[in-house]
Amino acid sequence: MLAKRIIPCLDVKDGRTVKGVNFVDLRDAGDPVELAWNYSQQGADELVFLDITATVERRKTMVELVKSVARQINIPFTIGGGINEIADADALLNAGADKISINSAAVRNPALIDELAKAFGVQFVVIAVDTRVMGDKNIVHLNGGRLPTEKQTLDWIIEAESRGAGEILLTSMDHDGTKAGFDNGLLTLVNNTVNIPVIASGGAGSVQHFVDVFQQSNVDAALAASVFHYGEILIPDLKSVLKENNIEVRV
Amino acid sequence: MIGIIRYGAGNIFSLTAALDRLGIDYGMVNTEADLEQYDRYIIPGVGHAGAAMHKLEQTGLVPAIKALKKPALGICVGMQLLTAYSEEGDARLLNLFPIKTLKFPHEGGFKVPHTGWNQVYPEKENPLFENIPSGSHFYFVHSYFIEYDQSFTLSSTSYINKFSASIWHSNFYGVQFHPEKSGIYGETLLKNFSKI
Repeated sequence: MLAKRIIPCLDVKDGRTVKGVNFVDLRDAGDPVELAWNYSQQGADELVFLDITATVERRKTMVELVKSVARQINIPFTIGGGINEIADADALLNAGADKISINSAAVRNPALIDELAKAFGVQFVVIAVDTRVMGDKNIVHLNGGRLPTEKQTLDWIIEAESRGAGEILLTSMDHDGTKAGFDNGLLTLVNNTVNIPVIASGGAGSVQHFVDVFQQSNVDAALAASVFHYGEILIPDLKSVLKENNIEVRV
Repeated sequence: MIGIIRYGAGNIFSLTAALDRLGIDYGMVNTEADLEQYDRYIIPGVGHAGAAMHKLEQTGLVPAIKALKKPALGICVGMQLLTAYSEEGDARLLNLFPIKTLKFPHEGGFKVPHTGWNQVYPEKENPLFENIPSGSHFYFVHSYFIEYDQSFTLSSTSYINKFSASIWHSNFYGVQFHPEKSGIYGETLLKNFSKI
């Protein structure tokens, strides 16, 4: 059976991980490649790197990071952050990235999804969507959830799929950082609507939250950052609990 | 030493990185004259099968590839090229295996592309799967699959239907998954191929 995927997410700036990391065995907790290698040894199924470098050297530092990761890691990984044009994506593909994640650039220019899918194939194009509830509607937000757009979340996801998104990374900004569980209601709705893989993000605080999100929404993958970085959840433990709950995992 | 067939279909950085990690020597095959210096070959490939076949034809390597007597391994679209035909682009392919590459049908609850780690079950004895337990997970990402065939399927995987995760016929091999992204068992498979 196809396994549910567990995906640690690493925030990177100027080639270094930015959020604190609390692994005991690391020589250099700020080195994204060493951290990624450690996760791959623990049994992570995939990795996401979110590059928040804001300098003019951004593309160059991203390409160097992707090359270093591809040289040393034997699992797939996605890179996101500031990818605005075909040339960015092309450079990252040639550096060994398996997928790229696009967020605000796709909201501002939805035709970019069509162009990327046509140039590189749908399997290369992950559309990241940050959502927040306003009134009684889920609204797409930009800038880490600070800037609301006019797009309703489900409508935007359907549009992204029709334009050539190969996967959806859906982050609930209402749940992100709360450690109170994933937004299983919205994830269920999205997962039942689209015919491409959905990655749940935002709210992971315990092993049970991962059990809940897979059992309730049947999403394909779940992503988290701090619970993994601070060692609050160890991936082998998480996978054994998922397995006990009859959720298919790679062990 | 492995010769990697270069024909412009997708990047090979991850593949060469995996071979580097494993200490497996490789070089590039750009012309027919390059073929003889290697004792085995990998045909990589990402993207559209019809377009990939068109690019391969433009290199002029097709007759020499079809005549290879040394071990050759197609990966992903590189495997699909070994079959007779693909529904992707309605394309005639190398026909080293008289079977077809088909599009996954839309069926409730199954998403396409088939993305992620799925279990692979060897159906025949072959050194390619030595030291790899039956049911090990490998990383797949594809929208087209090679039909299951008792004669040619070396290992199978089930998604929507049972299909060929790998194929084998005399010196030709193909894998639908990405061994270079499939953790330790993927690396084991590449090592096994380097010794076949």
